[in-house]
Amino acid sequence: MSGPIVALKGVHKSYGDYHALRGIDLEIGAGEFFSLLGPSGCGKTTLLRTIAGFEDASEGRVLLDGRDMAGVPANRRPTNMVFQTYAVFPHLSVAENVGFGLRRSQMPKPERARAVEAMLEQVGLGGLGRRAAHALSGGQRQRVALARALILKPKVLLLDEPLSALDRKLREQMQHELRSLQRQVGITFILVTHDQEEALIMSDRIAVMFEGLIAQLATPEDIYNRPVDRRVAEFIGVMNLLRAEIRRNGSGIEAEIEGLGTVPIEARQVPGGLTGAATAGLRPETLTVLYEGQPDRGRVTHGNIEEETYYGDMTYYGVRLDGTDRPVTISMRNLPGRDILDPGTRTRVAWSPEALIFFP
Amino acid sequence: MRGGGLRIYALIYLLFLYAPILLLPLFAFNSSQIIAFPLAGFSTRWFEELVTVDALHEAVLNSLFIAVVSAVLATLLGICAARTAARYRFRGKGPVLGFIMLPLVLPEIIVAVALLTLILQLGLDLSVWSVIAAHVLICVPFSIAILQSAFQNLDASLEEAAVDLGETRWSTFRLITLPLVMPGIISSLLISFTISLDEFIIAFFLSGTDPTLPVYLWGLLRFPSSLPVVMALGTILVVLSILLITTAEFFRRRGLARTGATDSGGFI
Repeated sequence: MSGPIVALKGVHKSYGDYHALRGIDLEIGAGEFFSLLGPSGCGKTTLLRTIAGFEDASEGRVLLDGRDMAGVPANRRPTNMVFQTYAVFPHLSVAENVGFGLRRSQMPKPERARAVEAMLEQVGLGGLGRRAAHALSGGQRQRVALARALILKPKVLLLDEPLSALDRKLREQMQHELRSLQRQVGITFILVTHDQEEALIMSDRIAVMFEGLIAQLATPEDIYNRPVDRRVAEFIGVMNLLRAEIRRNGSGIEAEIEGLGTVPIEARQVPGGLTGAATAGLRPETLTVLYEGQPDRGRVTHGNIEEETYYGDMTYYGVRLDGTDRPVTISMRNLPGRDILDPGTRTRVAWSPEALIFFP
Repeated sequence: MRGGGLRIYALIYLLFLYAPILLLPLFAFNSSQIIAFPLAGFSTRWFEELVTVDALHEAVLNSLFIAVVSAVLATLLGICAARTAARYRFRGKGPVLGFIMLPLVLPEIIVAVALLTLILQLGLDLSVWSVIAAHVLICVPFSIAILQSAFQNLDASLEEAAVDLGETRWSTFRLITLPLVMPGIISSLLISFTISLDEFIIAFFLSGTDPTLPVYLWGLLRFPSSLPVVMALGTILVVLSILLITTAEFFRRRGLARTGATDSGGFI
């Protein structure tokens, strides 16, 4: 395999006293679907714009396909961008928008028109070339922005929260379309998003960012199942956090967790050989509300249902385990014949120690 | 009927506004030299007389020249200032913009006297160019006010997108920015042109031996016999103004429709 297509080495960016990026080291491989995920203000968009050439790094180096990009302006970088507002030129037609970047190429006109038509076909806008760009719907604008960038066959396509302006249904559809389009064209995509679900669905790898630093860089499965710290754990999905105490017990380790009791745990669940006071994390789907008459399974504890939120396919319960002061969230599939339990119901909760993750 | 009172109010308001203007053509086509009712008879002699007065033609040409040059210069300066104000942040931006906008509230007589003093002190001659300089000064604030909203409504990522697709900053300005702020530019040209065309005080002080149309008209008023000619001239000006504004508004709306922008209120 050749070197990384994007390499960032110690990238800092500051505006006066404000440090937007505080030392980013990152390598992204060719053909990867990579996401920069984080809350607003974490620096993800600044990082994307630094790669695009709209911002200059205060310190550090940006390499694209092995070439140092210092002093190379945005219009001469092998990257193209899909903007959050799509930035479709409203005074041009769809075809003029998509062919805009080809103006400077040596490609003869008829060939250019064919390329535009083929690109429109690929993004599902076949035959709409003559339409005025301002008459398009949000989803169509999105596709024009994509086509306009992809037609130049960039080494890297940068996407700045491209789906945040779409309604939920269309967003989910576009997520799958984007993903399959990326596989088709084989171009490296770097997606900026604050939507953790979107990042999990689409990415090969995710960098979770907080306050100008990458907190965790891993595959979606690792980010979800093995978050490195509480911030990552709480940002990705729902994570129940319980006070815990980790102790060595002979050759093994055990943890005393509020509401759950004392259980032996494995070393892999504890980052950096942590002992003493800690926080235990449990995902909602690893806990189970046991109905009346259902036999105990695994470890069982008791609690009171305090809240119930119905989601159609799922119900989320807020259950306060005995001996704790705030409820944990438990997600249950709504299977046929399974009643929705009312708040105030006393219930048993099954859980398993393997699902536990510990944080300092 | 609901709103009846308001309807009458609006009617009186419009009458008050336009009735005097309607008097212009009425007397312009009246054969009598005295401006009074009852009307004597239909005649086009005042219009014929207009054609023969060379001094009038010169004044009209002076006015048109001054108005066109002032409008173009003020709009060019306005484009630069408005874009800067909308896109960049720099130290002292507020005070600088404030100073540019100051002529908006400065009495024209002060501008006129100050400029007259300056030009005479510098030993320069009064000409159409001294009027142009002053008219640019008073038109620029209007131009900036109009263009600033045009530039502010322009999504900054449109320009970035063009650069991202390989264009230089200049070609981006030409291909993207300029067409999108064109309705604002037309409005600015139009309002600057109009301000300059009917501006009197400054032109009176600074025009020297090249009077503008308002200055020439004012001169005519000393001779009661030339009043009907003034009426005829006024009629032509009214018709031209309506034509000008209608065309400009037509182009402005077409520009808006082409980009699908919402109408944020233009010149009219």
